[in-house]
Amino acid sequence: MLLERVIRFFTSLRLTVVLLVLSLVLVFAGTLGEVHLGLFKAQTEFFRSFFVYWQPAGARWKIPVFPGGYFLGMALLLNLISAHASRFKFSRAKIGLWIIHAGLILLILGQLATDMFAVESQMHLRQGQMKNYSESDRMDELAVTDLTDKKLETVVAIPERLLAGQGDIRNAQLPFVVRVREFYANSLLTTNAATGFVPANADTGVGPGLWWRQVPRETAMDRRDLPSALVEIVAPQGSLGTWLVSDWLEQPQTFTADGRTYSLQLRLERFYLPFSLRLLQFHHDVYEGTDIPKNFSSQLLLNRPDTGEHREVLIYMNNPLRYDGRTFYQASFDPDNLGTVLQVVKNPGWLTPYLACVLIATGMVVQFLSHLIPFLRKRRTS
Amino acid sequence: MKKWIPWLLVAVVAAWVLSTLHHPPETGFHTRDFGRLPVLLGGRVQPLDSVARNTLLQIRERQSVGGMSATAWLMETMMNPEGADQLDVFRIDNLELLNLLQLPERQKYYSFSQIQPHLDDISRQAQRINNVDDVSRTAFERQLLKLDNALEIYQRLKLSLCPPGTKDFAGQLAAYEQAIPAGVVAAQAREAGKSYDQAALNRLVDFLSSYSDLSKFAYPLVVPPAPDAKSRADWQNMGQSLMNVVHGGEFVPAVKAYAAMATAYDQNQPAAFNQALDDYRQWLGEWFVPESRQGVQEFFFNEFQPFYQAIFIYVAAFLLAIFALLTFALAPNLSETLRRSAFWLVVLGGVIHTFGLVFRMWLEGRPPVTNLYSSAIFIGWGCVILGIVLERVFAVGLGSAVASFAGFITLVIAHNLSMDGDTMEMLRAVLDTNFWLATHVVVVTLGYASTFMAGLLGVTYVLLGLFTPLLRYKSGNLELGKVLTKMAYGIVCFAALFSFTGTVLGGIWADQSWGRFWGWDPKENGALLIVLWNAAILHARWGGLVRDRGLMNMVIFGNIVTSWSWFGVNMLGIGLHSYGFMDAAFWWLLAFVLSQVGLILLGLLPPGLGKSFQNPPQPAGS
Repeated sequence: MLLERVIRFFTSLRLTVVLLVLSLVLVFAGTLGEVHLGLFKAQTEFFRSFFVYWQPAGARWKIPVFPGGYFLGMALLLNLISAHASRFKFSRAKIGLWIIHAGLILLILGQLATDMFAVESQMHLRQGQMKNYSESDRMDELAVTDLTDKKLETVVAIPERLLAGQGDIRNAQLPFVVRVREFYANSLLTTNAATGFVPANADTGVGPGLWWRQVPRETAMDRRDLPSALVEIVAPQGSLGTWLVSDWLEQPQTFTADGRTYSLQLRLERFYLPFSLRLLQFHHDVYEGTDIPKNFSSQLLLNRPDTGEHREVLIYMNNPLRYDGRTFYQASFDPDNLGTVLQVVKNPGWLTPYLACVLIATGMVVQFLSHLIPFLRKRRTS
Repeated sequence: MKKWIPWLLVAVVAAWVLSTLHHPPETGFHTRDFGRLPVLLGGRVQPLDSVARNTLLQIRERQSVGGMSATAWLMETMMNPEGADQLDVFRIDNLELLNLLQLPERQKYYSFSQIQPHLDDISRQAQRINNVDDVSRTAFERQLLKLDNALEIYQRLKLSLCPPGTKDFAGQLAAYEQAIPAGVVAAQAREAGKSYDQAALNRLVDFLSSYSDLSKFAYPLVVPPAPDAKSRADWQNMGQSLMNVVHGGEFVPAVKAYAAMATAYDQNQPAAFNQALDDYRQWLGEWFVPESRQGVQEFFFNEFQPFYQAIFIYVAAFLLAIFALLTFALAPNLSETLRRSAFWLVVLGGVIHTFGLVFRMWLEGRPPVTNLYSSAIFIGWGCVILGIVLERVFAVGLGSAVASFAGFITLVIAHNLSMDGDTMEMLRAVLDTNFWLATHVVVVTLGYASTFMAGLLGVTYVLLGLFTPLLRYKSGNLELGKVLTKMAYGIVCFAALFSFTGTVLGGIWADQSWGRFWGWDPKENGALLIVLWNAAILHARWGGLVRDRGLMNMVIFGNIVTSWSWFGVNMLGIGLHSYGFMDAAFWWLLAFVLSQVGLILLGLLPPGLGKSFQNPPQPAGS
């Protein structure tokens, strides 16, 4: 009895309608949220979450007030699959609906996969500059680079979330422990005393003499957090010193441990590529006699040592470079028109929407025709 | 009733429309030929008539100045600026602004000479307001900025042809031509440190400084590139072209032609003006065939104003359709004649609407929807087509009523959106792709159109049900109420199909261009809302959760969802798709949403209160 009721609940059209209406409310609220929280934060809170929480300003607790994107997506999926599983009966009248819903399932699953596996990063190139990595647009990493071998640098990168946890970080490649004494997710630095700033308790590198303070996380879309941390390097024989590392500091700080030379730098998280891109020329075309942009394009030199590939590529609006499982598209540019910003997207699930679309379109046409034809026939005979 | 009445009516209206195409030959200045001359503005070749109309729309919110055509006003402004300064072309409604400028209230339109004493004040205020956030600007501040912008365009227009204070431009050019050789020799001598003719140099410098102003401020670029130039887009303004002559260039025919026209205009010699104009047109016809053609065609389109004509036809059709419905039971024969008249008028309106739409596409070389203005035109067109189909299927007058109403409203909205200036503006880089404009944008816009159409049917149902007994009346073996429900259901199916397909196509565009299918951009979310709502309606219907009245209330809510996606999202001012913050439109949107909420509340009233849902009075004698 109970099981029957549960099944009836999960397979009901009433549930479908309720979920669709809840989704409507969620998407609307999320859109409004994007205005206040910025695109990224609103997406995390409304769409990439199981619940939307309400948290009074300054409170440490929060309560779920509305189902989030993951919750509704999965509930719809469950509803769809169970309804079809329990009522599956092959009939000509229903075949269109079946195809449509199979496509929908694929679409939702594909988007879930995208959400989990897709990585977006950026590549900022000045004219003539070459890079073999892209950078995260908001997350930092602490790069500990072994510079001893002049030909080959070895990097151990510690992601921001590990730093935020503080404590000791060990890595088999490093002959020392990285002890995170303090970490500010967003910070300001200054060279002399100012209100709100305290001296950073570093004893080595550029840190001594610098003042720092923690500031609230950034919500505006066009700005990002600039974290800083106080890091102690502890070798087996004892502490080598405490460094202030910060995204504000552009130059890495070097030290020696165990006879090898290392550098320390808090920087945007990097994603290395098996090839490099060099910016030959950036173009910003406008319509004659106006400043309306007509096209943005980046002329690049692609160089891949392991295959010997060496060729020019052109990226412009609506025409990205698809290469090595990644998509590079024209995202922004420097105000002086001498630098370009490419968005780099790696999305293993990119094909699913295409398949889903084909399925759904087919289903809709089948469904439409299977209603239209009898309707027209009836009208003709009546 | 006679079968030929509807045909006669349509024939008369069509004849009226065609008659507006006929123009008697112009006596005096050939203003219309002047309006056809191609120039470059906003990155595209367009006739001077378009420059004139779009400028007037921005500064006066009308396409003419009293009885004066837009081109005639433009001629006055460019060739006799002192006269143009006296014309009432600046529209100002804000009382605070009028008080600031010490202008009389209730005049509505004001002349440049009235405003001139306050120019400094206006630009000082405008500078301050420009630093204020869009959203927190007051009505006064917005109007002042608008006036500041209008004044800038107007003053630039005055400096587009003749240097300031010129009476006889052609004569001045001849003097300039004579002054060049001696002036250049003097300049070179001075450069080399030798003795030079100071008077000759001064003469040339005087000309050049006045032409330099002209080159800095001119609005349209009126001088076409040399016929053998590398780029056909390389147009110049009058000042640039005149200054080039010093560097060994020569007077291009356009400069001399415009100068001759300006002199003739100023001296009120129509024959000389027309002669210079004809010579120039002939020269253009030889070297600038596509540009001249563009000018002539766009001029025709401007003058014909198909959308404006369609508005009147839709209003007439709507009234006829309403009368047809009101007389449905009282006088069936009359009602049928009215219904057929309404239907054929809607078809005529649709033909003119379609003609305008296609002609615009052809002029632009673009798919139908490229900006907010054209989306309104296209949504209206989609609604009209759907309504015509509905009327063919269920011949009861409802399809025509809804089609004509939707056509009328959307064209009025389009008219109001056209006040921003050129509606055929060039597309920004991201949008510059005919393939996706033709697929994603068209299909999504059809989704908007069909969702609105369903909503309109819902509104009809609620209003007719409450205030008339019509929904009970039968047409054939179907009650009108049932007919409306069937229509709305069918249209919702369409809406779901179009909005879903359009949204997914948008995702594919995004994936093709940016490597991601979905980015939760506000406009994407808006489209998703329409999809979700249409899906909710269909599933509620299939699950038996709503019947006729519930379905109708749901489709009315669809109007709110669609208006949010169409306009509301743009007001958020974020994301890739936001094309401009529209403050005045916000209040309209709010009013619309409230009206729809009101209608839904009416729809929720107990059925017994509606005239269509009460028990019918027993006919006497039965």
